Amino acid sequence: MSERAKPILAATWVGFLLSIPFWLDNPYLLHVLIVTGIFIIAAMSLNLLLGYAGQLSLGHVAFFGIGAYASALVSLGFKVTLFPDWVLVVEAKPVWLAMLAGMLAAGASGWFIGRIAFKVRGAYFVIVSISFVEVVRLVAVNWVELTQGPMALNNIPPLEAWGFTFLRKPANYWLVLGVAIASYVLIRRLVYSRAGRAMVALAENEPLATSVGIDVTRYLVLAAVVSATMAGAAGALYAHYVRIVDPDVFLFIYTVTMVIMVITGGKGTLAGPVVGGLIFGLLPEGLRAAAIAPEAQWIVYGVLMVLVVYFLPQGIVPALTKGRG
Amino acid sequence: MDQLLQHGLNALMLGGTYALLGIGLTLIFGIMKVVNFTHGELYAFGAYMMYALVMLLGVSFFVALPLAIALGVALGALLELVLLRRLRGADIDTTMLVMIGAWIALQNAEQLAWTGVAKSISTPFPAAPLVIGPVSVAWNRVFVLVVALILIGVTYLLINKTKLGRAMRATFQDRDTAALMGVRIGNIHTATFALGSGLAAAGGALLGPVFVAYPSMGDLAAAKAFAVVILGGLGSIPGATLGGFILALVEELGAGYVSSGYRDAMGFLLIIVILLFRPTGLFARKERVG
Repeated sequence: MSERAKPILAATWVGFLLSIPFWLDNPYLLHVLIVTGIFIIAAMSLNLLLGYAGQLSLGHVAFFGIGAYASALVSLGFKVTLFPDWVLVVEAKPVWLAMLAGMLAAGASGWFIGRIAFKVRGAYFVIVSISFVEVVRLVAVNWVELTQGPMALNNIPPLEAWGFTFLRKPANYWLVLGVAIASYVLIRRLVYSRAGRAMVALAENEPLATSVGIDVTRYLVLAAVVSATMAGAAGALYAHYVRIVDPDVFLFIYTVTMVIMVITGGKGTLAGPVVGGLIFGLLPEGLRAAAIAPEAQWIVYGVLMVLVVYFLPQGIVPALTKGRG
Repeated sequence: MDQLLQHGLNALMLGGTYALLGIGLTLIFGIMKVVNFTHGELYAFGAYMMYALVMLLGVSFFVALPLAIALGVALGALLELVLLRRLRGADIDTTMLVMIGAWIALQNAEQLAWTGVAKSISTPFPAAPLVIGPVSVAWNRVFVLVVALILIGVTYLLINKTKLGRAMRATFQDRDTAALMGVRIGNIHTATFALGSGLAAAGGALLGPVFVAYPSMGDLAAAKAFAVVILGGLGSIPGATLGGFILALVEELGAGYVSSGYRDAMGFLLIIVILLFRPTGLFARKERVG
C-alpha cells in the first residue's frame, strides 16, 4: 500500500464506523458494539504495557475498575469517615469532571503500582499485578460506606456536555468511538516517540537497553501511568454508560479478556487490540446465536487462546501483514 | 489468651493444606519455570473426584482419597504431555498464556460438568469436636492435617532420597548440565507436573469434604498457593511448608483481630509486602529478578 493511500483508507474506516448508528437499527447490536469499543480502549491501553513495554500485567482490570468507581463516586457524591473525627464529604460533581477524576485516580494508582511492581520482573511481576487487583476488589467489596459493597453503586448519571445528555445508544456509541480514536492516536504518537522506542528497546533486551543509558524504571512507570489512565477512561465510560458499578468489574476474567484480545490481534501492533477486540467482542454474540451455553463459550475462549499461542504466536495482524508484503 | 490459642490451632489445621498446595506449585515453578495457573483447577478436580467417588459411586472415604489423588496425578501428566511438552524452551510469558487458557477451559468444563451448585461430601468423622482444654477442633480437620503432613513428608523424601528426586534437583539447578549428564528432561518435567498436580488434587480432596466443592473454588486456592510460594522462596519445600503455616496464621489473626472480610486479602498483601522488602522470599537466597 502506498503512503498516500493510508490516510484515505483511515478516513474511509472512520467514516464507516461513524455511519453505523444511522443504518444499524438493532439497539442490542449497537449495545454490543459500545461495550466492545470500551473493551478495545482497555485492550489498547494494556497493549502499551504488554506489547510495547513487554510486561505481562494481569492486574489491568484494576485500573479499569478504579476509573469506573472513582468516576461514579465523584458524579454521585459521597461521604466517608476516614478517621473517627474526620469525615470527607464530596458533593456530586458534573460527570465530565468525574470522568477526569476517574482517569486521574487510575493514573495515580498506575504510578503507585508501577513504582513498586517494576522492582520485579517476569513471573513475580505477574503475581504482584494479580495480587494488587484482588486487594482492590476486596476493598470494593468490604468498604461498604464508600462503595456500597456488593449492593453496587446505582443510578450513576450519564455524561452531560454542551447541554447534551449521552443517554441514548447512538450518542454513547459516538462518544466511545471518539475516545477510542483519540486513544489510538495517542498510543501511535507515544510509540513513535523517543519514549516509545525506549520502551520497545527495553522489552526486547533490558540489559542492553540499560547499558545504552535508558532509565528502565522511568519508562516503565511512564508506560504504566499512560496505560492506567487510558484504562481508567474506559472504566469511566463504562460506568456512565451502564450506570451501575459493582465489585464484579474487578473480576480476573475481564483482565483475561483484554489479554486475549491483545494476544490474538497481535501484541505490539497498533491495530492488534482493535482486531482482537472486535473478534472477542463479537464472538460471544455469535456463540450465543448458535445457542451455546456461557460456560461452553468460555471453554472456546480458553481453547482459542491456547491455539493462538501455538499457531499464531505473534497474533493475527503481524501474520496478515507478513503474508501481504 | 484462649482466643489466641484457638486462632493458633485453626491456623495449624489450615496451614497443612496451604503448604501442600504451595509445595506443588513451587516444584513446578522451580523445576519447569512454568507459572501454573491450572493449579487451582487441579485442586477443584480433587474435590470433585471425592464427590464423584464418595457420593455418586459409594466408594469408602478412605479408598476414595488415594484414588482422587491418583486421578490428579494422571490429569497433571496428561496436561503436561498435551500442553507443555511442545512449549519447552518457550519464554515464560508464552507458557503463562497457555496455562491461563487451559485454566479458563478447565474451570468452565468443571462448571458445565457439575453445574454451579455447590456439592457437599459426607465424611465418616464424628460431628462432635475434639476438645483440648480451652480450645476445640473438628475431627475432620485433624485428619486433614495428619494426611497433609504425611504427604509433605513423602514428597520431601521423594525429592531428597530417590533417584528421580535427584534428577529433579539437578534439573532445578542447571537444566542443560543435567541433560548432558543423561537426565531425560522431558520425563522430569512430566513427573514434576504430575507430582505437583497430585499435591494440588490432594489439597482439594482433603478440604472439599471440610467445606463444599464448587467450580471456582480453585481460584482462591491457587492465589494462596502463589502467596505461599512467594513467602517460602522458589523451589524450596521447607520454605513452602513454613510459608503455608505463616500464611494461615496471618489470615487467622487478620480475620480474628482486624476484619473477617479482609481474610483473603491478607495473602495478597503479604505477597506485595514480601516482594517489596524481601523479593527472594523469607528463606531462599536465590536472585529472582529476571
